[in-house]
Formats: sequence, C-alpha cells, structure tokens
Amino acid sequence: MSDLILTPNIDSADDFYAELLATHEGLETADSNALNARLVLILANHIGDRAVLSQALRAAKLKEEE
Amino acid sequence: MNKIFETPLYPYARHTDEDASVPVRHRVIVVGAGPVGLAAAIDLAQQGIEVVILDENDKVSFGSRAICFAKRPLEILDRLGAGQPMVDKGVVWNLGKVFFDDRKVFEFDLLPEAGHQRPAFINLQQYYFEDFLVNRVRELQAEGAPIEIRGRNKVSAVGTHPEHVTLEIDTPEGSYNIEADWVIACDGAGSPMRAMLGKDFVGRVFEDNFLIADVIMEADFPTERWFWFDPPFNRGQSALLHKQPDGVWRIDLQLGWDIDKEREKRPENVIPRLKAMLGEEVEFELEWVSIYTFQCRRMEQFRHDRVIFAGDAAHQVSPFGARGANSGVQDTDNLIWKLRLVMEGKAPESLLDSYDHERVHGADENILNSTRSTDFITPKSEMSRMLRDAVLDLSEHYEFARPLVNSGRLSVPCTYDGSPLNSADALDGPERTRPGSPCPDVPLGDSFLLRKLGDRFTLLTIDAEAPDLIEEDGIEVTRLALSIKDDPTLALKERYLGDATSAVYLIRPDQHVAARRSSFDEPLFRAAIRRATGKE
Repeated sequence: MSDLILTPNIDSADDFYAELLATHEGLETADSNALNARLVLILANHIGDRAVLSQALRAAKLKEEE
Repeated sequence: MNKIFETPLYPYARHTDEDASVPVRHRVIVVGAGPVGLAAAIDLAQQGIEVVILDENDKVSFGSRAICFAKRPLEILDRLGAGQPMVDKGVVWNLGKVFFDDRKVFEFDLLPEAGHQRPAFINLQQYYFEDFLVNRVRELQAEGAPIEIRGRNKVSAVGTHPEHVTLEIDTPEGSYNIEADWVIACDGAGSPMRAMLGKDFVGRVFEDNFLIADVIMEADFPTERWFWFDPPFNRGQSALLHKQPDGVWRIDLQLGWDIDKEREKRPENVIPRLKAMLGEEVEFELEWVSIYTFQCRRMEQFRHDRVIFAGDAAHQVSPFGARGANSGVQDTDNLIWKLRLVMEGKAPESLLDSYDHERVHGADENILNSTRSTDFITPKSEMSRMLRDAVLDLSEHYEFARPLVNSGRLSVPCTYDGSPLNSADALDGPERTRPGSPCPDVPLGDSFLLRKLGDRFTLLTIDAEAPDLIEEDGIEVTRLALSIKDDPTLALKERYLGDATSAVYLIRPDQHVAARRSSFDEPLFRAAIRRATGKE
C-alpha cells in the first residue's frame, strides 16, 4: 500500500501555482468554489487508491496524525 | 552620526569641456552614477576605454534602497576589483523564517552550495555599494585609467546621429554640449534619457504601497530574514525584517493602496507602527523612511542605435527577490565586453543586438518571478487569497507546501538559452553548464575558478588537449588547462563534466558558456568563437 506524499513532488511548483491562479482568474467566488470542487474530484479519481484518499482527507483537516 | 549619503562624494567642479568652443567628443558617456552606471564605467575603464560618468546629483543613494546583493553580482564585482570590501562589510545570512498570522509556520536555510568563493547573498545598504564603487573609480584614476565622474551634470537634451550622440548638460554654472561615440543610460526607473528619446516603458502597475524604514537599534534579533503574512501588527498586509551592517535594520510594511503617503511618512505615524511590530520596550532610532509603489515593466528594446539602456532605466521589477540592482549589474557584465569588441573593430555592431536579446530574456525572467511573488504577497481576488492562506496553513504541517510559499524568489543569474551566440551543446555534461549558462564557481586549491577566468575569452580544458592560444579574426582565446585532480572536492567534475571524462569549454568574457565539447576540434571551436562574437 502506498502512502500519501507530503514532501515536495511538483516539478516547477511556481509554474503550477501560476497556472492554478490563472484558471481561477475572472471567476466569481461561487464559480471558483465550484471549480475547486470539480478539481478535487478529478484529482481524487486520478489517485484512485482509497487508502491514500483517506489519508489526504485527514491531512487536509490539519489535525496531527492519530 | 555622519551619514555617507549626506556627504557630496563627487562635488561639482567646472570642467574644461564647458569652455570648449566645439563640443568635446568622448568615447563613452555613462548617464547615472548609481550601482549600474558605476559598474559599467569601471568595466570600461579597466579595459582601457575612456569613459565619463554624468550624474545630476553629487552623492550616493539616499537611504538604504537596494539592500540584498546576490552571488553573481558579487562575482562580477570581483572582476571589477570591488568585491572584497562589499563582502567584508556586508551581512551574510542563510536562515529565513516565515510567519502567518501570529505564528511561525516554517523556516528555511538557503543551504548555499559549498565550493563557491562568494556567499549566496549579502545584505548591504545601496549607499555602501555605491561608495565602494566610487572608491574603485578613485583607485583607477590614481592608476591613470581614463575615467571621471562629473557631479551635478544633468542631461537636458539628447541628439542621436549615425556615428555619435550629442548631449546638452546643465550644471550649476550654466549649460554645455558634449558628444560621445556611445552612451549608456543608467539613470534609473524614471529615466529622463528614456523620456527624452520618447521610448515606451510598458508593463503592469501594482496598486500597493510599502513603507520602508531603516531603523538603528541594539536588538538581539538574529541575522535572519523574517517575513510575515497577515501579522497582528499589520492586519491583512505583509511585513519584512532584515539586518544590514552597522546595527541598521530594514523594515518593510505593506500599507495597501488608499493611503495618504505624506501623512504615513511622518515619524509620529511611523513610530507606533514599528513599536507594534518590534515591541513597546525596544529602543530604536529612525535613520530613513520612504514609501514606494512599484511596477513591473520594460522597454521594448534596450538598444537604440548608439544609446544603450541598462538597469532600472531599461526594466523595472517589484522589489521581492532582489532583482533590481542585481540584474542591472548583470546587464553591464553582458554589455561591456561586446561594446569593447565593437569599438575596437573586432566584432560587427550587430553583436550589440545580442545584448538586447539576452538581457530582454533576463528581464522577462525577473519580471515573471517578481510578479508571481507580488501576486502571492498581495492576492488579487478572494480565491487567490484563499489559496494563498491554504498554502501557508499547509506549510506549517507539511513540507510539500513550503516551496509554494512565495515571499520573493531570490535573484539567480539567467541562462541565455536560445542566444544567437551559443553553439549547439556537444557534451554529455551537466545541465547547469550548458551553453548560455553562467559558469558556476569551483574551488581550486587556494584560489577559485572564476578568479582565473578574468574578462577575456577563455578555452577551459578539463583533462583535454588544446592549443594554449587561438586567434580567430582578432579575438584571442587563452587556454586554462585543468584536471579533475585539481579539485579534490570533485566540484569541478560535478559541475563541468558530469558523466563525461573530458571537456573543452569556450567561455565568454562575462563568464557565460558559449560552447562545449568532449575534446578540442579546431574548425568547430573557431566557428564557435565567430558565433560568440556575432560573426556567424
């Protein structure tokens, strides 16, 4: 079983972040929120591994690992 | 305290040029005695080219202004004979801390790579930087080098001609005209030279204001860079604390757009802000306060016939990342050897177009990086802010988010990928030394590689044979023969060979790689020399 990666793993992180902001540019907040929701689901599907997804959900709550 | 930025360092003195009946022609005139103009003029004078520096003022920069100088400019200053006093005086720092709201979210160590003579950064007030360069000008003058600075000589009109430039100059005693074969305009972001030539300066304006204060205090804050996002003492904004020499601390406080600048600058308004940040009990004295706004923009072209722009006059960036003065010094490093070859008739004038090509590329890289930092520090929309705050919250818990935190991507030199001066890469070597790259330093016993490269074309051979001297159409290239055995730390192997067992590098006078192969091939290296000097 693989573990959730929480160390740097994105090539050219600044390019990615700029592209993320550009994707949201010009959207109303409600539309931006909806875009983020779709993005979460797309990325979750790409990951696929249920155990990793559960770890990610816990990690996003910023609670220390039980 | 006797402040050097209040003392005239190059006071006005009447020059015989002012009484000449026919305007006197000079070889090069540099407009502006800031960090960039002084570096350009020193480089020219060291290479024996006569140069006059004009400045409308007679003092070094007022207040600290640029305070962070990166490794590459320090290496360039070594070549100009002014690096050591800067490093001796400057404050070396490696540790940065990032705060969000009322807590520290993480810290980072710049972890400078070993085996370089110069540190990744020093903090040094711009007035010291300029003062050391003025000292170097005086030293060159004492040696008889053809360089002079004329204080309170303000250019009031420019005339461009096919073979020369005319300048009208206002002084305290009236006005006079002089001429130059070439003019280098280093007169800052507000460049009067650019305005007089009617050239565009386009880009993005950021609606924000920053209060900068130089504070003298006996505080035991460590020698670190502290950056705050949305701190309790400056809600919704950012703040920066950085140490300079002489117990001077630099504080930047973001203020937002709708403010009364004159009011905010008054000590009775500045001091409470600083007390809120530093603590009521900390005693300090204000040395200098200013408010700045910024833009990211550049000229379409840096060269306009015989007037060439460098530094902030050519391109302006936001201050995050220390990319202003640092990139300006790199402009001059790129320009001066080309100008010398053109003036000596050893290269076609079109070589100067590669200055435009390479430094526009550098400016675009700096603008991109500093714009992204600004977008992170000052989010433009609710969602940008939400994403930014999410990155900061995550950075406290998880390492992966830390590289996304952007309080300034600190200045690194540009690699001139795609430059017309590069020859195709013919070595299976490290990426970092591919053609176009600035040469990384390497320890060589009691010296360093960059010290040995100097300011002429060099053929660096590593465990490879080649002639000691090649002359190709007026360009002399001297060999520097090394072996990986010369560096027991193996930095030479790691930085210049990689998996290869031998290498020959053609290195430009500005210490960028022009060509490389695993062994010497005379016709191919001759072609590379011609290409690197604009002849192919």
